[in-house]
Amino acid sequence: MERPEADLIAAVLAGDRASFEPLVARYSPRVFATARRYARREVEVEDIAQEVWLKAFDKLKTFRGEAPFEHWLMRMTVRTCYDFLRAHQRNRVSSFSEISGPEEDWLGHFVAGPSHAAAEEADAARLLVGRVLEKLSPPARLVIQLLEIEDRSVKEIAEITGWSVPLVKVRAFRARGEMRKILARMAKEKYL
Amino acid sequence: MNLTELQKKLVAAARLRTPDERVPYAFEKRITALIAARAVADHWAAWSRGLWRAAVSCVAVAVVFGSLSLLPPAPVDNGRDLSQDFENTLLASADQADNSSMP
Repeated sequence: MERPEADLIAAVLAGDRASFEPLVARYSPRVFATARRYARREVEVEDIAQEVWLKAFDKLKTFRGEAPFEHWLMRMTVRTCYDFLRAHQRNRVSSFSEISGPEEDWLGHFVAGPSHAAAEEADAARLLVGRVLEKLSPPARLVIQLLEIEDRSVKEIAEITGWSVPLVKVRAFRARGEMRKILARMAKEKYL
Repeated sequence: MNLTELQKKLVAAARLRTPDERVPYAFEKRITALIAARAVADHWAAWSRGLWRAAVSCVAVAVVFGSLSLLPPAPVDNGRDLSQDFENTLLASADQADNSSMP
């Protein structure tokens, strides 16, 4: 039978480090899934997950148990991912010359008529959006990911990121603009 | 090209992507081992931190006293210091009595 989460946390805080292992095993799938939204290479994903768990261990004292442990951990995961984006932002300045054949085909279908490029069926579209997201600035990428893709509310994003509600709104506005600019650049590079 | 439409399509495609929840084999063991290794390292780190702090304090004290010793000595006040003033005040009446009793 699984030990309750609160027991495990209390045991870790009392100095029993081994009790941290079941927590890592239980919540790692979610941590990895979140990290894979922000990092493409598996080595980077593992680095993020590792950092999240080391931080969680160090800051476990600050967990007051008012919200579920999972929420607390996911907040830490998103913040760690944001730090990762900021640390690797120099990599995002590149052209769209490396777009693969299927991605180009999808774009071609879209240009021919938006209804021809069905987002639901296109793996190429997913690859393409990944490429576009990689070119966004870290705050823009985080906001687009949380607001547009994960469909979270502004208030939720403010809680997760630690930003104020007005700041989230401003950053969301700028992020949409930034994304449109990147798409325009892509269209120009490919079709002009 | 309709960029707003393209943006919508791409976001819709990204929404459909289910993130992969795969975890590397024995990842939790790796984290526990890292935490244990860090605890040993932290023990030495605490000592090292303490010693560095002590060294910095010692250097600061040495610098303060060294610079004080380099300052020129305070000018001598022709022998009129507080102890002498105090003694004169205290013995003023005795001195007066001595002077008046002299022929």
